[in-house]
Parts: sequence; C-alpha cells; structure tokens
Amino acid sequence: MEEIERLSEENQPQATNGAFHVPTVAELKAKGEEPELLFWVGCAGAFDDRYQKVTRDFVKILHKVGIKYAVLGTEESCTGDPAKRAGNEFVYQMQAMKNIEMLNGYNIKTIVTACPHCFNIFKNEYPELGGTYEVHHHSTFLQQLINEGRLKVADGGEFKGKTITFHDSCYLGRGNGIYEAPRKILEALDANLVEMRRNRSKGLCCGAGGAQMFKDAEKGDKEVNIERTEEALETNPSIIATACPFCMTMLTDGVKDKNKEQEVKVMDLAELIVKANNI
Amino acid sequence: MSKQLIFGLFLLLSLGLFTYTLFRLASFFRLTRKGFKVDRIGERITTTLLVAFGQTKILRKPVIGLMHALVYWGFMVITIGSLEMMIDGLAETERIFGSWGILYDFITASGDIFAAIIILSCFAFLARRHLMKVKRFSGVEMTTKSNMDATAALTMILILMFSLIGMNTGYLVNHRDDIVGSYPISSLLTGLVSVESAHMIQETNWWIHIVLIFVFLNILPYSKHFHIIMSIPNVFLTDLKPMTQMNNMASVTKEVKLMMDPNTAFAAPAEDAPPPERFGVKDIEDITWKNYTDSLTCTECGRCTSVCPANITGKLLSPRKIMIDTRKRMNDRGPGLSKDPNFDDGKSLVGDYITAEELWACTTCNACVQECPVNIDQVSLIMDMRRNLVMEESNAPKELVQMFTNIENNGSPWQFSPDDRMKWAEGLSLRT
Repeated sequence: MEEIERLSEENQPQATNGAFHVPTVAELKAKGEEPELLFWVGCAGAFDDRYQKVTRDFVKILHKVGIKYAVLGTEESCTGDPAKRAGNEFVYQMQAMKNIEMLNGYNIKTIVTACPHCFNIFKNEYPELGGTYEVHHHSTFLQQLINEGRLKVADGGEFKGKTITFHDSCYLGRGNGIYEAPRKILEALDANLVEMRRNRSKGLCCGAGGAQMFKDAEKGDKEVNIERTEEALETNPSIIATACPFCMTMLTDGVKDKNKEQEVKVMDLAELIVKANNI
Repeated sequence: MSKQLIFGLFLLLSLGLFTYTLFRLASFFRLTRKGFKVDRIGERITTTLLVAFGQTKILRKPVIGLMHALVYWGFMVITIGSLEMMIDGLAETERIFGSWGILYDFITASGDIFAAIIILSCFAFLARRHLMKVKRFSGVEMTTKSNMDATAALTMILILMFSLIGMNTGYLVNHRDDIVGSYPISSLLTGLVSVESAHMIQETNWWIHIVLIFVFLNILPYSKHFHIIMSIPNVFLTDLKPMTQMNNMASVTKEVKLMMDPNTAFAAPAEDAPPPERFGVKDIEDITWKNYTDSLTCTECGRCTSVCPANITGKLLSPRKIMIDTRKRMNDRGPGLSKDPNFDDGKSLVGDYITAEELWACTTCNACVQECPVNIDQVSLIMDMRRNLVMEESNAPKELVQMFTNIENNGSPWQFSPDDRMKWAEGLSLRT
C-alpha cells in the first residue's frame, strides 16, 4: 500500500527528481530493517499548519545528510505532556505507557524531535516508566551535524548581516540547559545575532507552556506573548528565531498583533538552515 | 550574682527556648508526605558550596546581590567571634581565641571591617525598603507584618554591628598595652572613648551584642528571616532533577498498569488494600517535606514573583505567595492536626488560601525556580495543586477538559484525526 503511494508520489508531474518519500518505522520493519534514528514529529509538527513547514524542512535536512531515519507516521501519538502539565496524570501515563510499549517494540534507541516539550518528557520522565532512549532536540542535533561537517551552511549567503534574535524555549533552556547550540547555528549562518534583554536562563516564557497553549489566559493586564514580542521587536530583528512549536505560535501571533508581519519573520532553526542552503 | 552565672542562665534559657521552637516546627514534618530521595551527596555539597556559601544565585543581581553576599560572608566571620564571646561569658575569660596568633588577627580584622560593611549595607537595604519604590517589595502577599519583619531584622542587625564596633573600640582603649587581635575600623574611633569610660563601654556593648544575638535567634523562627537558619540546609536538600522534570505519580503508575493488564483490568480491588492516597495537594498533609522546608526557607525577597510571566502581565499568580500561604497554612492547621489526625477547620490550602485562578496561570517556565537564591521549587508544588484540582475535584478549565478528551480519542491535544498525521509528508522534494 505504502509502496504504491510512494511510487505514485514519485510519478507526480510537479515532483522533480529530488522527490523523496519519508519512511515510517513500520515500512522499514516490513523490509526487515530498523532506522538508526526515529524522528518524533510531535502533534504540532504533524497538524499545525505553520509547524508542518518546520517538519518538512527538518526531514529535508535528514534526507540530504543521508541519515537512516524514519517516523512513526499514523502510529505516533501525543507524549501526554500537555495533559500532565494540566494536572491529568492519568491521561499522561496512559499515553506514556502506550508509546513506550510501541517504541520498545520497534527497538527504538535514538530519538530526535523538534519539540522541546516532547524532548523534555522523553529525556526526563519516560525513563522511570520503562522508556529509556538517547534523546536529541533538533537544535543540538543540527548543531552537531554542522560541527561534524556533515551539514554545510552556505557562507555569505541568505542571512549574512541580517539581524536575528533567538527566543529561548523554557523547556530547552532553563529546563535542560540548551542555550548555546541554537545560537551556534545562527552564528554559522553568518547572521548578526542580537540578544533580547531577558535571554538564556533569564529568558521570558512565550506564555504557552504548562498547557497554557490549550486554554485562554487568566485575567490580567497583558498577554505574555505580547510582552515577549515587544521585547523581541526592541532588538529590531528581521527574524525572530525559535526552536519550539508553541513559542513559534505565540511569537507569530505577537508579531501579527503588532502589525509587523511584513518586516519581521518568526522562523525555526531548521527552516533557516534549509533556506540558507537552498535545500 | 557573677557575670558568669547570669550569662549561663541567660544562655540556657534562650537556647532552651530556641530548641523548643525547633522541635515544634520539626514535629510538623511528621504531617508531610514522602518526597524524593536525598542521594548524590557529592553533588549536594558542591551545590551548597556554590549557591549557599558562594551566593551564586543571589549574585544574579550583581549590585544588591553583592551587598547581600558581603553581609552573609560577614556573618560567617563574625559568628566565630560570637562563639568566642559565649565561651568568654561562661568561662569568665577575655578573648579566649587570642592565642591563635595571626589567624586571630585575621578573624578580628575581617570581623571589624565586615561590621562596618554590614552597617552600610543595612542602611542601603532600609533605604530600598522605605525610600525607594522597589516593585518586588509590594504585592498582595506583602503584609504589614512582612514589611515590619524586615525593618525589625535590619534594625537588630544594625544594633548588633554597632555594639560589636563599640565593644572593640572600648577594648582597644581599655587594653592600650596588651591588645590581641587587629581592629582596623574600631581603631579609628578610639579618640571618641575616654580611658575612664572604656571598660564600661566594652562591657555594655558586650552584653548588648550577646543578648541581642539570642533574642534575634529566638525571633527568627517566627519571622521571614528564618532563612538565616534554613537556607544552607534547604540548598543542600535541593531536588537535583532538571527544572522541567515533573515526577511520575507512583500511585497512578500502579493503577494504569492494572488497567492495561487484561488479567487485572476488571478485578475488584483487594479488600485489605489501604485507602488510596489523595491525588495531588489540597491541604497541608498532602505536601512533601521539601515543600514545607521550602516554605520555611522563603524570606519573601520576591525575586521569583518579579520574573514570573504570569505576574508580570497582571495575573493573580505570585510564586512567593504560594510559599507564604503554605507556611501560613501549616502554622494555622499544623498544631491541631498534630493532636488529632482528623482535625478539620473547614478550610484548605487550595481554595481558602490559594485559588484555582492563581494555579491555572502558571506556564511552568521555571523562571521562579531559576531565580530563587535558596533553591526553592515553587513549580512542583503548583503542579501538585493542579493535579488535585483535576484528578480529585474535576475542576479544570473547559478547554483543558476538551484537550484531555482529544488526547484520549485522537492521540493529539487538538481535534485532528490520527489518520492525517502524515499529511505534512506529501509532495516532499529536495531542490536539485
């Protein structure tokens, strides 16, 4: 079935000879193979219109570098993070146990994800429930590829001299100490990296963590994402770089709210690399 | 009565009172729940050296942080002198550590200099509190008592330091020819003291200083300044997990495993099974020992609240208030609960002290945990209270209830069909 789809996709008229198929773990297993790396797409990566672009760009990079990766496709299911942070430990642990059973069944050893919330829960909370994997966030993963010389970043290209500010995701930075990898990527792009007043361990939340993404904010005198967007805009950036689907939504909304969407783009690290390299 | 006897009685009385208070507070720990295991001792010692003794987190605000650090380091040195005073008082000796030679010169000189630095810092702190408008010193949880606490403590520290310098100055004039130790600040003031009054000044200041130390010690447990006692142990007892790691509830794991195992899924619970523990935190008996230690350690500096995204944007949540309310609740209900395990005053921590609206405003960004100079973990407690709201009270915002349903039905927090999970992968190609 998948094979037919793949072939028909390759035969689509708009597809150039660069067209490729994203393999699922099940497909590989049917061929008696296992992926070296599982790319955990995450719910935002799969369903959010804007973040789908990030997912697509990230697999383009994986494909270009030639890593033997796969995704779970329709077998993937929420890690349970939003439920847990919203206080529903039952829903979380049901999801976790099901996911762990599947991941262990497929003999998954290494996971990469473009979502800091999925990353955090795999890295810190699944092991106790029986799911121990080598887990990477795409920011450190991409930085490592650049470091190893496997991923070239075009020099003097697209972003030379452009002002980019990086917004730290709480679950990446404070939570797991990843502050420098995303910045190293931006520096590799030859961009003019500028810092917001509150950065790294002092970074201000976008407002979406702790299941806030899925509810209205409590009564206050401002939205958190507006507070953060204003701070980002103070640096006069052409791009606000993010590494988290929720941060991307919140800041994109913030930039729209300030009517700056023409001048300022909110982009993920993977998108920047793809654009710089014309992948 | 001799000085020795009076001092001995006074020391006995104040240490006795202090011990009683500590035992009383310690007895409340019996009401709390088990928390994480205290292991990785080496890492704990490093953390304590850095955060407590090294003041690394308070120095995240460099100017005011340095002033606090100087006061703290000064206290460390001056405490050696206080210990000497206690021995002197009991043994009727004078400057018994004087035989330490150059080390004693170093201790007395740094104590003397630090006393002056502490005086300057305390005046700066008083000015910040009363003349400048520092935003984090206000807030609904900042009661008159809290502000009076601060002023009283600073005043007492000032008197302690003035009496120390007074004592040293009197000593220098009194012992012109046989001085032990070195006193760079006090020696500048000897001109103010006549030879006749020197002994009296030395003695009076000695008594003021030593009496006030013990008065202060006994006030501490009843004020927010208990952090002077609690900070070092609290830092040592830090939960060493990554900040955003949230514990897996063991009771839920057990139930989920039973549900997923076809052999036990529909079995009735064993009759002799103990009643299940309440999910999450509703009241004081549900908190862990670390939550309580945190609440005792909080000195209400407000660094947590000043970086809280919810608080910054005008929401009700204030991480500092969570700690203050927890401590207050233990004071209100702890005594009754200690005597009678069913003691009920018709109130609870969540609901009467902390509202659901405060709890739902948290983004779990952990900026509060990051900033706390004494490693208090506000977020874990907030999350445990949320767990109670959701799993015991079914009191979650309706959008979140919908999100739970979506995850259960579709495996995604949004209402999308799992069949569409690969749509993003259609038509992918690399530029060639």
